[in-house]
Amino acid sequence: MELLVASAIGTLTAGGVYLLLRLRTFPVILGLALLSYAVNVFLFASGRLAIDMSPILSKYGDASYTDPLPQALVLTAIVISFGMTAVLVMIGLGAFLEAESDRIDIDPSEDREDKTKDGDA
Amino acid sequence: MHWIILPVILPAMLAPIIGFVMRHDISLARITSIAGTASLVAIAAGLTMLASNGDTHVYRLGSWPAPFGIVLVLDRLSAMMVLLTSLLALVVLVHAVVTGWDSRGRHFHALFQFQLMGICGAFLTGDVFNLFVFFEVLLIASYGLMIHAGGRERMQAGLQYVVMNLAGSTLFLFALGTLYASTGTLNIADLAAKMPTIPADEAALVRVAAILLMIVFAVKAALFPVQFWLPATYANAPAPVAALFAIMTKVGAYAIIRVHTLAFGPGTPGTEGLVASWLFPAAIVTIAVGAFGVLGARRLMPLIAFSIVGSMGTLLVAVAAFSPTAMTAALYYMLHSTFAAACLFLMADLVVSRRSGDGLSTQPATMQNGLFAALFFAAAIAMAGMPPLSGFLGKLLILDSLRDPGTMTLAWTAILVGSLLTIVGFARAGSVLFWKSTVVPAAEDVSEEMETTELVVPPATFMEIAPTMAIVAVLIGLSAFAGPVTGYLEQTSSQLFDKAGYISAVLEPAGED
Repeated sequence: MELLVASAIGTLTAGGVYLLLRLRTFPVILGLALLSYAVNVFLFASGRLAIDMSPILSKYGDASYTDPLPQALVLTAIVISFGMTAVLVMIGLGAFLEAESDRIDIDPSEDREDKTKDGDA
Repeated sequence: MHWIILPVILPAMLAPIIGFVMRHDISLARITSIAGTASLVAIAAGLTMLASNGDTHVYRLGSWPAPFGIVLVLDRLSAMMVLLTSLLALVVLVHAVVTGWDSRGRHFHALFQFQLMGICGAFLTGDVFNLFVFFEVLLIASYGLMIHAGGRERMQAGLQYVVMNLAGSTLFLFALGTLYASTGTLNIADLAAKMPTIPADEAALVRVAAILLMIVFAVKAALFPVQFWLPATYANAPAPVAALFAIMTKVGAYAIIRVHTLAFGPGTPGTEGLVASWLFPAAIVTIAVGAFGVLGARRLMPLIAFSIVGSMGTLLVAVAAFSPTAMTAALYYMLHSTFAAACLFLMADLVVSRRSGDGLSTQPATMQNGLFAALFFAAAIAMAGMPPLSGFLGKLLILDSLRDPGTMTLAWTAILVGSLLTIVGFARAGSVLFWKSTVVPAAEDVSEEMETTELVVPPATFMEIAPTMAIVAVLIGLSAFAGPVTGYLEQTSSQLFDKAGYISAVLEPAGED
């Protein structure tokens, strides 16, 4: 169980970081999505791993329960990362349509050439 | 005491109203936005008065007791930061309205209000996860503001900025998960109460969490080695937005000051000295990066952006000492550098909009060359830290507070040499922009720039210059009234280091308010 969760988080993070370093819009969006999955599972595990337990204290004496707070945190994190991904897709699309390139890093020399061209025209 | 949540509620209510109801009526949106920001200034002033007697006021959302519910905490530091934010926002907003920046794209005012909500919330909250949420609020608004008015380079720089910050947010969540797993709480006061009980040899996870959090805040504060996003972002953002972003780097610095002083600072066996030992060298390198960037910049906007990087380095060198006197100096420098950076950007906007591009090249002088030159040198003197403006006093206070023999040599050398390089960089830029330009005969260029002369902007009116002048006046005021201001800041930093007072104010049973 612990090994499964830990290796899942590790694999997702590694894949996310690799895609993030590709510096092209689409892989980066996928990479950030993978990273956010990884962090959601990680947050979930931060309340200790427990199986078949309810997230509320039972009235009738059985004190074993799973921590409800990470679940609330994960829910918030999911909502935020989902919204952020949508914003990122829109901005990435906007940048692609403006620049006709999906590169994320800006090459300064290329910029300057373009500027002089604009100035000459 | 419902006043404490008003700096969050007011912009949060105004933003959707402006966005949905007033989206077709720019003048109505302008009036509402300015009125809202002006009342935010009033509220912030009221809160500062409230906090100035030294009490720590706590607002429990939904009246839930502290470690379980979310709390907003108002003390001298957070009240001062909210006041700083609202003042800066008002000036920047007036500038954006007068120069017409707000009508070059859609939803400027709604995004502006959301941005204010996020910043005020981040300053007020007493819960680390809530801090994450407010970070996201201010970031998502800043994404919109960053690409306001569009354009190829701005969109590309905006995309970089978004990706950088989304990666930062993921790291923030990892840090929070680690912190929760190792301490079982995310309330700052509760963390501060629990941290001293964790013995040094069991603190490995907490140390990881503390460093992860520091990296996240360092991304916001543009600390080396994660400062690289700042020059491209600030240089390509619309100038008024860049001026507002001057407070965004301070949000990162504030978070380091708050969290790492209270929870991981002096008195915790597990993490004491850990943060400082990383923060100090990073801040020194940041000063160097900023200084060399200023020296090497070929355009005006990146030059200003690099000077901000340098100022953040200076600020964080003082923070890294984690002592009350150094913190007083750091807070004074924080007030100063926020206004100085905003002043530079607003001034640059006035100049750049009257030239073709922001390149540091000689072009025919603009109509009000003397006026702009005076404003530029006032702002540059403030940023570089020369007398008589407040930058000099700020740096003097910082130098004076860093007398620890282990750090003194390095810190003094970095700050002094960095200031010298910044002065040289600004002097070079100013002489090219305003001095050599008067030598260039205007007649020759008319033939070459026939097409661009369509873009001739009329001379700046009084209203367009007023916001920049107002900030210069604030900077003069900061140095004229440096005594009372540092008096307040001394109390602020002693309150900040009074952990027991903060913990008991937040964690005491509810029902007193």
